[in-house]
Formats: sequence, C-alpha cells, structure tokens
Amino acid sequence: MATATIERLVGKSIKRREDPRFITGRGNYVDDLKVPGTTHAVFVRSPHGHARIKKIDTAAALKHPGVVAIFTGKDMTGVNSLPCGWLLPDLKVPPHMPLASDAARYVGDPVAVVIAETQSAAQDAAEKVRVTWDVLPAVTATDKAGAKDSPQIHEVAPGNTAFTWQIGDAGKVDAALRGAARVVRKRIVNQRLVANPMEPRACLASYDPATGDLTLWVTSQNPHVHRLLMAAFVLGIPEHKVRVIAPDVGGAFGSKIFLYNEETICSWATRRIKRPVRWTSTRSEAFLTDAHGRDHVTEAEMGFDAQGKIIGLRVKTIANLGAYLSTFAPAVPTYLYATLLNGVYTIPAIHAHVTGVFTNTTPVDAYRGAGRPEAAYLLERMIEAGAAALKMDTAEIRRKNFIPKFDNGFQTQVALNYDSGNYAAAFDRLLAMLDYRKFRSEQETARRQGRLLGIGFSTYIEACSIAPSKVVGSLGAQAGLYESGKVRVHPTGGVTVFTGSHSHGQGHETTFSQLVADELGIPMEQIEIVHGDTGSVPFGMGTYGSRSGSVGGTALLMSLQKIKEKGKKIAAHLLEASPSDIEYANGQFQVRGFPDKAVPFAQVALTAYVPHNYPEGLEPGLEETSFYDPSNFCFPFGAHACVVEVERDTGQVKILRYLAVDDVGNVLNPMIVDGMVHGGIAQGIGQALCEGAVYSEGQLVTGSMLDYALPKADMLPMYETDRTVTPTPVNPLGVKGAGETGTIAATPAVVNAVVDALAPLGIDHIETMPLTAARVWGIIQSAKR
Amino acid sequence: MKLPVKMTINGQSYSHEVEPRLLLVHYIRETVGLTGTHVGCDTSQCGACTILMDGQAVKACNFFTVQCNGAKITTIEGLAKNGELHPIQQGFWEKHGLQCGFCTPGMILAAHQMLERYPRPTEEQIRHQLEGNLCRCTGYHNIVKAIQWAAEQMAGKK
Repeated sequence: MATATIERLVGKSIKRREDPRFITGRGNYVDDLKVPGTTHAVFVRSPHGHARIKKIDTAAALKHPGVVAIFTGKDMTGVNSLPCGWLLPDLKVPPHMPLASDAARYVGDPVAVVIAETQSAAQDAAEKVRVTWDVLPAVTATDKAGAKDSPQIHEVAPGNTAFTWQIGDAGKVDAALRGAARVVRKRIVNQRLVANPMEPRACLASYDPATGDLTLWVTSQNPHVHRLLMAAFVLGIPEHKVRVIAPDVGGAFGSKIFLYNEETICSWATRRIKRPVRWTSTRSEAFLTDAHGRDHVTEAEMGFDAQGKIIGLRVKTIANLGAYLSTFAPAVPTYLYATLLNGVYTIPAIHAHVTGVFTNTTPVDAYRGAGRPEAAYLLERMIEAGAAALKMDTAEIRRKNFIPKFDNGFQTQVALNYDSGNYAAAFDRLLAMLDYRKFRSEQETARRQGRLLGIGFSTYIEACSIAPSKVVGSLGAQAGLYESGKVRVHPTGGVTVFTGSHSHGQGHETTFSQLVADELGIPMEQIEIVHGDTGSVPFGMGTYGSRSGSVGGTALLMSLQKIKEKGKKIAAHLLEASPSDIEYANGQFQVRGFPDKAVPFAQVALTAYVPHNYPEGLEPGLEETSFYDPSNFCFPFGAHACVVEVERDTGQVKILRYLAVDDVGNVLNPMIVDGMVHGGIAQGIGQALCEGAVYSEGQLVTGSMLDYALPKADMLPMYETDRTVTPTPVNPLGVKGAGETGTIAATPAVVNAVVDALAPLGIDHIETMPLTAARVWGIIQSAKR
Repeated sequence: MKLPVKMTINGQSYSHEVEPRLLLVHYIRETVGLTGTHVGCDTSQCGACTILMDGQAVKACNFFTVQCNGAKITTIEGLAKNGELHPIQQGFWEKHGLQCGFCTPGMILAAHQMLERYPRPTEEQIRHQLEGNLCRCTGYHNIVKAIQWAAEQMAGKK
C-alpha cells in the first residue's frame, strides 16, 4: 500500500484557516461573549496625575437604580499588590494595589468599581461617586523625574528612582573614546507610544458558588501567566480553581501580556457578588491604562577611528517606567535594550548605564519590539550621525563595521551570544533592490533643483525566541520562558494540538497545522489547534517576543516525535517487526525500505485506543506532552531602507519607497511572515512620523484616536520586501522569529531618511520624534536662520 | 423612557423598545446579538463598526438607534449570500488582508461602498477611501491588495 509522497506544507503560503470566521463576522472576542446574569463594571478613575484620596463617597451612587455593588480599595481586604515579574538587583518595588486607596499616581488610576445590572446604569452611577482629592504636584517628564524639586511618588523609591543598572566595560569605553579620531555625541529621545490594538482590553469573570470555580475570559497573550499571577500572587485563590480563557484576541503588540487591575478586580468581585462581572475598556480607558511603550531619554557617544570603524559606544539612558512597575517593566529598558547595543557591528567597547524612573504616568512595559527598537534606533541614528561627521557614505560606513558572517555563535560586548548571522548579505540584497548608486545620483539632481530627497538605512538585529529560562532567571525573571505543546491523536486518526502559544493575529492555527501535517503526513483538515485556555492547554507562557514559531513550534515538534516513537512500537507489533526497523513516512509506519509493508497512521491510532492486539507492557492511548526550553535566544536581522521627500514649505514627509530585507531564519509560512513584517513596518513608521503620547501638567493630552495619530492607509506605501535565510542552530526548525522585525527596523530608517533629506540645510540629527509636518517645518525654519 | 424602533438587519426585521441614548452599534451587538460589528474607539476614528445603512457605509457608533427607525442595514454577517462569500470577503482571505480580524468587518464594508463608487480604483483611491478605517496589524499593504483583487473579480462578473 505505497502512497505518493505528500506535498510538504511548511514553507508555503497556505491561506489562513482562521480567516473564514473573521471575514464573516463570526470571530469570538471577549466582548462578544454572553453569560446569563452578567453584571457590568465601570471604574472610577483618577482625573489627576497625582492626588491623595481623602474620601470616597459612594452613598448617592449606591442608590442609583440597577446598582449591584460598589467597591473601593478598602473593601478589597486580603488582596495583594499586582506583582512585578522581573526583579533587578536593588529594584524598588512599590505596592501596586488593584484599587488605589491612599493616593492616585496617574490619570486613570482606578479607585473604585461600580457594578450594575446594565452598562448604562453602571456608567451613570459611576458619575455619582464622589471622590475628595488632595491634588499634589505631578511629574511626567522622563528627564525631570529625578530632579530635586520633583514630587516624590513612592516612599520606597527616593528620587523616583526604581533602579540604576549597567552593563559593559566603562573603563574600556573611556579609553576607546579618548583615542577616537572622532566622537559623535547625541541626545536621543525615544518617545512614549501607546500600543493601540484595535480590540480594547476586556474581561468577563464568572464565579460558580456551587463548585467554587472561577472562569475568567480575558484579552490575554498568555492565559497561564494571567492565571498564575492573579490567583497565586494577588487574590490568593487556588490556581486549580481558576480557568483563564483568552478566545480570539484582536491584536495586542505586548499590551495584553500584563496582569492589569481590571481583570483582577472583576475576578475578585464575582466571588463577592456571586454573579458574572464584565468590563470592556473604552478607547479612552485604553489610552489611560494599557501599558505604554518606549519613553527613553538617552545621551549617546560613539567613537570612530579615522577610517570610520566604530571603536566605542557609551550610552546613558533614563527610562520612564510610569507610576507603578508593570509586570515585566524592569526587563524592557535593561536586558531587552542594552544587551542589543552591539547591533550588527563589531564594537570593541560598549558601556550602558540605565536609570529607571517613576513618574505620574501610565505604567510602561513591553510594546512591540520592547527595548530592541530603542537599541536599534540609537545605533542606527548614531552610525548615520557618524557618517555625516566623517563625511562618509551611509552604506559604506555600515559595510566597514558589519560583523563578518558566522554560523554558530558570536560573543557580543554586552552579554549576548548571537546564533548565526550574515549581515552584509542582507544589506547587499537591499542595495540591489534599491539601485543605490542610481538613487544617490537622482538625489544629487533633486538637490540641485532644491528638492529635499533623502534615504535612510537601518541594519538591525533583534533577540527573540524568548527565552532560555536559566539565563533569564539569573537576570531577574520570576518565570521560566519555555513553552508547552501537547498532541492528542484521536482513535480515528484526527489530531488535536494544544499549544501554550496564543495567537492574537499571528495565524497559529494555520502555521502550527502546517507543521503537524508535515510531521505526520496527514491533511491539515485532520488537525485542530487549541490555544488560549488554561482548562485544556498544559502550562504555557504565551505569545510575545517573537517566540511562538521557535519555542512553541519546537515544543510541538518534540511531542510529534514522541507520538511517532510510540506509534513505531505499535506498528512493529502489528507488522511483526522490530521497532527499530520501523520508519514513518508519508502518513504510514513502514518497515524500513519496504513501503508495502506498512500500517497507516489512523490504524495505529485506533490500535492505541482499542488495544486488543497490542505490545506487552505498552500503555494504551496516543497522546504526548512536551515542554521546550530554548538553549539561547534567536537573533533575526536585516536591512531596511526608506526613501522620503520632505516638502520644504510645509515640512510634510512623504514616503516614496520602503524596502525591507529581513532574515528570520527558516520561514513556516511566507505569506504570514510578510504580513507581520508589513504591520511591523507600519508601526515603526508610526513612531517616526506621527505617534507619540504627550503629557502636560499631569494630563495625558493624547488620550484618544483624535489626538494620538495612528498610521493610516494613505500615508503608507506598498512595501518592497525580500528575505535572506540564515537558519538558527538553536532550534530544530531553524526558525528565528518574525513578529517584531519591522517595528524595530523601520523607525530609524525613516528618521535617517528625513535627516538625510534635510542634510543640505545643515541638519545631521533630530532629537525628538514624531517627525510631524509641524516639527519638520520648525526644523527647516530654524535651519534657515 | 424607552422608544420603539423597527429596522431590517440582514433581511430580517427587528422591533425593540430602546433607550434614546442607545448607540446603533450597541443595539446591533447587544440587543440583536450580531457581534461581528466591533467597537474599537469612542470617537468615530477607527471604523471597526462600519455597516451598510440603506446602501451607504456608515459608522454604527455615530447613530442613536432611534435615528435608524425603518433603516435597512447590512452587517458583516449578512454579506455572504447562500453560503457564498462576497468577493471582498474572498479577497481579504486570498490576499491575507487581515491578521487579528478585529478591524476586518469594518474594512470589508467600507470597501463595499468604495467599489460601488470606484469599480476599478487606483491604489491611491483605495488608500484615500480607507481614511476612516484603522488597522494596526497589516500596515494596509494586503488590505489594498485584497480590495484590488475583489475589484478585478467583480469587474469580471459584470
């Protein structure tokens, strides 16, 4: 019964299996759920950046028709602080109670929850809650947090300093910079961003008094992490009595990793009132309370020798952490940032010093790229500033400094050991796509006509496939960063796969099915992917840090190997052969070299569950679970270029071309990878040109989509994308990770392009993004004077 | 105080008594129970709630339910006919015009009106016509391609 070789699906642009439900309006997001008897929660939040709570009067609100309960922080006894999951040495960890009861420390800090029969009753009653505030001075600016006259936000953190941290060899850098032919010094502001997934956060918590079980549906990238932190650390309820389900998640970009106040409070409240409690964030609340991203102010110095080779880099960064420590906040401006400052260049000496500060702003945590975009932006801006200072071509200076090709390991100056890389190859591909020489000559012509045409490069690296547990544990992580994968073969040969990864747009139902279909030689239709449910999935760490393919995929691969190993024993028995003589090919177990002497996968599955004729001593059933802990990070890299024209009279930046050559290792589904690259680029362009959270006098001025400009279709070009493929030796799939590359690469490419466009006006640096027309116009005007 | 309201949604008639302040999008989602129409903002920027009202693409968050008495509405759930996807839906699938799927219903219905206005739109027209719809996942590249694909299919059928 020989079968034809089955076509491999991995590496092909298979259309997504999840799409039919989304394009017909049958997606299943948290806010779509209906549970009988549900009550509605509305939060009373601080309108002040910093204020002592003198009194909360709920009497009038309680009388409002339809109100079920109102709780303040004082009611939540026996509840602990929301935990910080990454503890740096000497980190100051102030309490972060789900409902603030002493003081509010940012606009949006929740102080009471109103629960009512309907959304409108809850909303109306919330307006009747009277809070008496003692308004205090607020500090929101990153570089002012530590000033002597700034208000003190937490008792435990004098000077509003959460931590100071450093990496690298300061002495070596001092010596290098002293001997440099040229040292470029720049102040670089990486502004605060708001993730803005299109689906706002939401939760529905439902307690069953009969069983004592709590079910929480929540917009989460990592339901097990949510469950562990909330049940074990904050509410003190047994983890096995809590089930966390994240159904379809409408985008996240990091912002749905963290344990937030709202789901914690709803989970607590449902146990109190014994009715389901639901909350869906408004967009205004999302701006105020979803963890923000970036917000660094940096002084950087890069030294070059006379030939343009980088000889040293010194970085001093102040990172704004917001009012409290969000779940992984301390890791972002340290281990996810400064360890990437070696970039793709040979830099013999690097030192970075980071100060994490508290301010009266929304907590800051990982946002797409998380630390790595800040590092790439700094390096790429500095190397182009260096090129300007040395009057070198921006392509040439990169070529001079690239780390040469390597296949298995490169030790950086800042702790990381890169897996594999061929940086010049990606750059060469980019230059060819661009026709770089031709562009420079067109630019010459354009400049003679007075047009401001510019090109910016970005040759970046990132660390993903997060992360080896031992390594991150030694650096302060309070969690492991493995992933789980379980494969359940049904008696009739269908397969259900349970993965700890959790798609929020990445298409796991498709890519993981491709992987399983190839390994088992069965059609995708026979495979179901289950994720996002702690009730059925083994403990998993979720999706962020571009880890699902590399870490989650490898866990699945391990389980599939175990399934095949067990299947071989069953098949050997059925075929009266030795297990060592059995191989698996094309969906059947066969005697090696004798494809006619075979049993199909489904027959082995059935035998495992109906073990009448079965090997002695072998357990029935065919189901395997694996946990994969990577031995290292993976390091995707690439080269991007942006071509812009700046309109001299208005400062408007128009993107004429955007090109990207990414190397994410092996690719499971090129269509999906391209899609993530596109979206990442758009977010990176957003930071460069239009996005930015602005505080003024404690208030978030950019608190809606009216005021915070997300990139729109008409400001973006079609992206010209290509890839080089340098598989990682770290995991058997050879995949590195593809979710964040675009965001990391795009911002410096765009800003460099604008700086290049303005070079004829004597501009070699722009300190602050976004490069709105108004800001660029101002720069042009002051350059004229 | 509640007011009576009657309308046709996806060919089916509905009549309810609603609060005057109830937004159409919440009526569609909560009262009628069609959750394919999404709420992504409070300021009518995002377009996730786009529906067709009497043939026009409108944002359902911009109407009180009581303003829509007698309206004929099509939501994303009503676009496929007899189990066959509309070419725009098919286009989004073929060209990977969605990732998380949250903006997708609004995008598809905005594209529906766009292709009535501009049966063979240029890339520039597509991008301009998507002015009222935000997507955070795709960078719009494949949304443009999806709409171009649909335009070709629909032109071919005429």
